[in-house]
Amino acid sequence: MSSGELQGLYQQVILDHSREKHGFGLLPEGDAESHQVNPTCGDEITLQVHLAADGSVSRLAWEGQGCSISQASASLLSDLAPGVDVPGMRERIDSFRTAMRSKGQIEPDEDLLGDAVVLGGTSRYIARVKCAMLAWVALEDALLKLPARA
Amino acid sequence: MTTTPATAVASRAGRAATPAEPFTAAELEALRADFPILREQVNGHPLVYLDSGATSQKPLAVLDAERDYYLRQNSAVHRGAHTLAAEATELFEDARHAVARFVGAGDDEIVWTSNATEAINLVAYAMSNASVGRGGPAAERFALRPGDEIVVTEMEHHANLLPWQELAARTGATLRFIPLADDGTLRLDLAPDLIGERTRVVAFTHVSNVLGTINPVADLVALAHGVGALVLLDACQSAPHLALDLHALDVDFAAFSGHKMLAPTGIGVLYGRRELLNALPPFLTGGSMITTVTMDGAEYLPAPQRFEAGTQRVSQAIALGAAVGYLEAVGIDRIEAHEALLGQRLVEGLSAIDGVTVLGPAAGRERVGLASFEVAGIHSHDVGQFLDDRGIAVRVGHHCAQPLHRRFGVTASTRASAYLYNTQAEVDEFLAGVADAITFFAPPAVQAAPATGDQDARA
Repeated sequence: MSSGELQGLYQQVILDHSREKHGFGLLPEGDAESHQVNPTCGDEITLQVHLAADGSVSRLAWEGQGCSISQASASLLSDLAPGVDVPGMRERIDSFRTAMRSKGQIEPDEDLLGDAVVLGGTSRYIARVKCAMLAWVALEDALLKLPARA
Repeated sequence: MTTTPATAVASRAGRAATPAEPFTAAELEALRADFPILREQVNGHPLVYLDSGATSQKPLAVLDAERDYYLRQNSAVHRGAHTLAAEATELFEDARHAVARFVGAGDDEIVWTSNATEAINLVAYAMSNASVGRGGPAAERFALRPGDEIVVTEMEHHANLLPWQELAARTGATLRFIPLADDGTLRLDLAPDLIGERTRVVAFTHVSNVLGTINPVADLVALAHGVGALVLLDACQSAPHLALDLHALDVDFAAFSGHKMLAPTGIGVLYGRRELLNALPPFLTGGSMITTVTMDGAEYLPAPQRFEAGTQRVSQAIALGAAVGYLEAVGIDRIEAHEALLGQRLVEGLSAIDGVTVLGPAAGRERVGLASFEVAGIHSHDVGQFLDDRGIAVRVGHHCAQPLHRRFGVTASTRASAYLYNTQAEVDEFLAGVADAITFFAPPAVQAAPATGDQDARA
């Protein structure tokens, strides 16, 4: 009833994450926060970064609405981030973006991105890349807003 | 067409029975053969194109008209004395005449623009120019000042909202809007309180690009003209689909886009009543729109040339002329009847699917051949992606109408919009696709308990 390509885009892991969203629900206060909108569809996300004492990410918290790709992407990112320091997080965002912009030519790096590699199929659907990137752009922006550390 | 009285148009827009027969299967098959793109395969399936509300497909007659012009007559219009220039000018003006006749207007009341967006902006910026004194005393009626009001509706496409927001911001005028009722119609009961002595412009869409609602033009025109306000009608979703008689509707301005009515992109129309266009100061200035130019100033040509600065969209205008010729040959009344059937089939089919909420008029109520809907728990991008996998093209997102979507508490919807070339079988394929998409994404919440309404009755 649906093609192999479609099954590749909507892998079971993605459908599961879009229903059972990890990190969903904002907390009273984060170390930094970003609100991003996808202008083509009006989807939006507000994402908070919470840092541990050593400066690494302790958790992400987010709220938003959007398609299953954008929701699963935020959920998968919330699984990936804890324990990663800020430079490491930036490296992962860049790596994810490179794969997403590759039109299916570059496989996401599993060592860096973990389960989020299931989003790799999205890069073949140009109209959906922004959906997958939304949470990652929000995190990138939030990291820039972090207060400078002594 | 120009002799139809306003009452006849108004009653036709709100009629109970369709005035013309829809196409027979054989007619529809012959008509579809004029659109080669409909034979394309998309993702291994025959294309089912249900996105004509965004842009229509083009018949060979239109493609040929544009190509023939480039093969045989291409040259600059309204300048030069050589044979090709004269022939090109004649074709260009013939196209204007064809479009004018098609919408019940005079030739000099049709201004070419790039699209409807530019047409509406033209009026808004010309009024802005009048507001700072350009155009002299004749343009005083277009000047806006603090305290003046512009009235739009909550169902407007952004193209008929933002130009007025900006005009209000530049002039100090206030923007007000007629709200929507839950059934996707305008709250006409509130309109008399919103359209008053301070109202200078009432701008509204003829047909909603999201809801498919056909608005009561005559009622709003009567209210606006009763207080001396100008009326601008966004006819983007009506000109391609309904018999339109702008003189009978008695609107002051109207705008529509060629690409939604079988013509190429890059050509649109501003209609304006003759005396208004000739008093309105120009928006874009430059070549071909003047009589005399000195280093200090210029005298401008009458409409429509005063609004057509610079090299014009000649091939596109000629192609739009061919497009309205095609629509007339098929019969706009029959197109309307065909699409009304498709629209009802869309709404009835969608309403019968659990978890689907149709925006706008319910099944059985008047609507054009489009339907936007929300699926509980499934985002429109996912619905659209699933349908695309079967070669079914629909629009997803907010359709350039964010306030409307906010009014109905959704950020996005899926829209299927039909045109003369769509079949009932295509609508059925689309409906099956929507039902299968729900199974595919299968959020347990949808299947167990629909988000709104009478779930008890369904259990």
